[in-house]
Amino acid sequence: MINKVNQSRPIQFGILFFVFLITYFIIPHSENNYLWRLPPLLKAIPNLIQSLLDNLMFEWFTIPVWDPVWQEYEDKTLFRQITRSISSSVLFLIIFVREIILGGAKTLAVFTSDALSANKYYWPALPWTTVVAGAAILGYQLQGIRLALLAGLGFFYVSVFGQWEPSMQTLSFILISAPVCFILGLSLGIWGFLSKNVEAALQPILNVAQTLPHFSYLVPVLVMFGIGDHAGAIATIIFATPPMVRLTILGLKKISPDVVDSGLMSGCSKFQLMFRVLIPTARRDILIGVNQVIMQCLAMTVIASFIGARGLGFNLKVALNNLKIGHAAEIGICVVIIAVILDKMSLAWANKQKDYFANLNFYQRNKSFLIFLIVAILGIIVAYIGTFYFKGGINYFYFVPFAKGLSISPFLDAGVDWIWETFFYTLNSFNIFLLTNVLVPMKNSYLGMPVISTFILVMGAGYIIGGIRSSIIVGSLILFIALSEYWDRALITAYMATFAVLASAIIGLVVGSICAQNKFLTNFGLMICDFFQTFPSFIYLIPVILLFGITDTSVMIAAISYATVPATRYTIEGLRSVPSELHDAGSMSGVSRFQRWTNIELPLAFPHIMLGVNQTVIFTLMMVVIGALIGTEDLGQLIMGAISRKNGAGLGLTLGIFVSFMCLAVDNLIRTWADERKKLLGIE
Amino acid sequence: MLKIITKVAVLLSLFVFSGVAKAADTIRIPVLNWSSQIVMANVLGQVFEEQGYSVEYVPAESASRYEAVRIGDLHIAHETWESTMALPFYEAMDKGGLIDAGSHNLITFEEMGIPNWVIDEGLCPGLPSWEALKSPECAANFATADSDGKGRWLEGPVEWHGDVMPNRLKGLGIDDLWTVKFAGSADALWAELKAAKAEGRGTVIFNWSPNFTDAAGFTFIDFPPYFEGCRIENGGTVETTGCGSPKGWLKKAAHIKFPITHPAAYKFYTKAAFTAPMIGLMADFVDSQGMTHAEAASAFIAEYRDTLDLWKN
Repeated sequence: MINKVNQSRPIQFGILFFVFLITYFIIPHSENNYLWRLPPLLKAIPNLIQSLLDNLMFEWFTIPVWDPVWQEYEDKTLFRQITRSISSSVLFLIIFVREIILGGAKTLAVFTSDALSANKYYWPALPWTTVVAGAAILGYQLQGIRLALLAGLGFFYVSVFGQWEPSMQTLSFILISAPVCFILGLSLGIWGFLSKNVEAALQPILNVAQTLPHFSYLVPVLVMFGIGDHAGAIATIIFATPPMVRLTILGLKKISPDVVDSGLMSGCSKFQLMFRVLIPTARRDILIGVNQVIMQCLAMTVIASFIGARGLGFNLKVALNNLKIGHAAEIGICVVIIAVILDKMSLAWANKQKDYFANLNFYQRNKSFLIFLIVAILGIIVAYIGTFYFKGGINYFYFVPFAKGLSISPFLDAGVDWIWETFFYTLNSFNIFLLTNVLVPMKNSYLGMPVISTFILVMGAGYIIGGIRSSIIVGSLILFIALSEYWDRALITAYMATFAVLASAIIGLVVGSICAQNKFLTNFGLMICDFFQTFPSFIYLIPVILLFGITDTSVMIAAISYATVPATRYTIEGLRSVPSELHDAGSMSGVSRFQRWTNIELPLAFPHIMLGVNQTVIFTLMMVVIGALIGTEDLGQLIMGAISRKNGAGLGLTLGIFVSFMCLAVDNLIRTWADERKKLLGIE
Repeated sequence: MLKIITKVAVLLSLFVFSGVAKAADTIRIPVLNWSSQIVMANVLGQVFEEQGYSVEYVPAESASRYEAVRIGDLHIAHETWESTMALPFYEAMDKGGLIDAGSHNLITFEEMGIPNWVIDEGLCPGLPSWEALKSPECAANFATADSDGKGRWLEGPVEWHGDVMPNRLKGLGIDDLWTVKFAGSADALWAELKAAKAEGRGTVIFNWSPNFTDAAGFTFIDFPPYFEGCRIENGGTVETTGCGSPKGWLKKAAHIKFPITHPAAYKFYTKAAFTAPMIGLMADFVDSQGMTHAEAASAFIAEYRDTLDLWKN
């Protein structure tokens, strides 16, 4: 009997669930009962973090700084001087790039130390025609006619739809933050690869940075670095660097020792070994890292605008406040276009082989640049002609101003109206059914869960899946939350996340399986995934309120539409990576298509799919927190509210860490399980 | 040795660049996500530019900008609503660094209310008097799927005024019929208004005036009059907490050094007192006439040239 229990997971889970139910119904609901709710022993943490931040910024290690306004020395903390110097450098770089594209001469003022030189001199913006042609030429140079068309048409769309200025502001912001993420990620990754201790120290930091909800670190960033484009860039860097670090370590570790040996035998120095041998060998994973950096950077455009980043994200917020959904969607499309172009270009650049033997003359080497110069001059001439042709102050050959370009927003708005008129009443009855029969009871049952039952369930699952180690890790992560004042709110977050993850995973599995059936559908599916990963999720907030009201359903739908992406993507990739020999072997043994799916493809793809589910959990929690903009009663509501509170930075960070710990607990369980399956299947 | 030199060079370059923000000495004005606020930022900015200053518009968020004004990263916060922003405004003042640069020339009102079609369709006879809310039939018309059969008040985000509305329901003795749901953002309030209108259903939402909803027809509910100390957090009791909202101010905040660094700009800023029709016009230029925010500001300046010149001198 005991032997049987030891071998069968379903039985183990059955017993666990039984124990869970017993405690659930036996424990009395009383505030003084520690089995029902733990006492808030850790409630001082938000204030501790807050005072640490305050002291760093305004009290500790002060140095006298001359203040020209008060005409006296003012004590400022060293920490603040350092953070502010970083901000200024980042800001300088962003403005520099921006002025090349959009014109202006503020960066010049730095060197002339003349406040008004920014107004006296003016570097004119490049005409949009020139930039479009430049993008196309760059695309052609990097890869060929396809990339040239993509880049040219993409920038053409951005321009004629009147999104030129905000798009270029966003672009200049990305052109600085993405390379910083890349360099930072690569160096940290190399360091982590070289030293085991560093890697061990990096892991938890990366885990938290990747799962911390964005809103929880906006105020600390704002206080430390000041409001503006640089603050947005720094928040973006915090969020977008971890995948780069991870993938660099992963890629370097995978390299076989033979490669290292051959490098050493050829007499490489340490430096040469790293940059000439190891990094080129690991390029595949590093390139995935670059792709992730670009996607993550653009996913932050809207959030960065909360702390001062100019560009598409800010315009999108304004459009949503006016309920202009069509307009917001147009802006969202621009974000996607920039993401796709940057992604393809960086990929093409990295894949371009250097031809060491070509013997080219000056003209051949610089052909593209010369063509660009000619095009630039042509563009300027056309723009000059435009000044005579267009009356009324707007020269469309030079610059299409915001809100004066073409627009498809009437059609998009009509589309939203049509959906409302056609489906509202059906959806409304579905909404009422879902709320009264599923969501509200589910929420109440989560809130009625004694704390001891939660621990039995979570730690038990940890024990069954990963033994005592997993059990303790998961237990301590949850304990940290349970000892705070916000356990009930965390339960509400957990309820919303559970529902949304289940729904997303099921949808992702089904859609992914369908898409994986043939090559065309696969590519199409992955393209859609790319689109929705970069399409700003804020745009969903208004349509879901129109359709489902200010209810939990709206939050769920918004979370599901965003979090289905990774589940789908990983399912497609997992199923496609099943070797075709196994398909053939299955067919020869006489399995039907459906049997092949359930008995061969799914089990083999299971570890990969579980990693997708893991990502789904993270995406869901992120979106549940953003869902606080609709109206929730969970941790997200307080994280949003913390932005305006006195101890807001501390409270926001603490609650953000709670959300992060919930992610990490689930992550631990799923990853352990997936690793075990991998070993059993002999993949790895 | 080389390492030390690089380190020193990096540190030095950081301090060189740290001059960027200060060298230009640009006036930094926050822009939020609603039309009148952005246009007013542009109006102020264009006047500052006429005075010879350079100006920068910084996207910000309504509550956290006070901390930025306090530490000097922003110079002004020109639209500060009493009931939704007084809390972070005075907290920043307590910590030191933010000053009150006067009020605009208008009285704001922020209260629970109903769109006019709710009255026209007789969803709750007796409105706008609050006594009408006592009827169970009325409350039933405002119930939603998740409100447990009670009528729903849609209040703004909880950080705007905490538990004032739930306490008010208790104070009025109608908390058995009504419940409060906190929306997450102003956007959510407007989306609810649009959705309720499309569906023709009733809704009680938190709103303010002057606002773009004034044109579409919105009526505030008449609650028992407000008096000092009636709310629980100001020392009131459950009996008194049923009081309505006070008439409020719309203030201008500034960084403490702004009057010294930009005296002419500060003088204009502190004298500038926009009225409700002016703010309405700012929003109208953008929302109805499709101008960009900068165009709207220029149009506004052209319209009110004389008034602005008075404020400048």
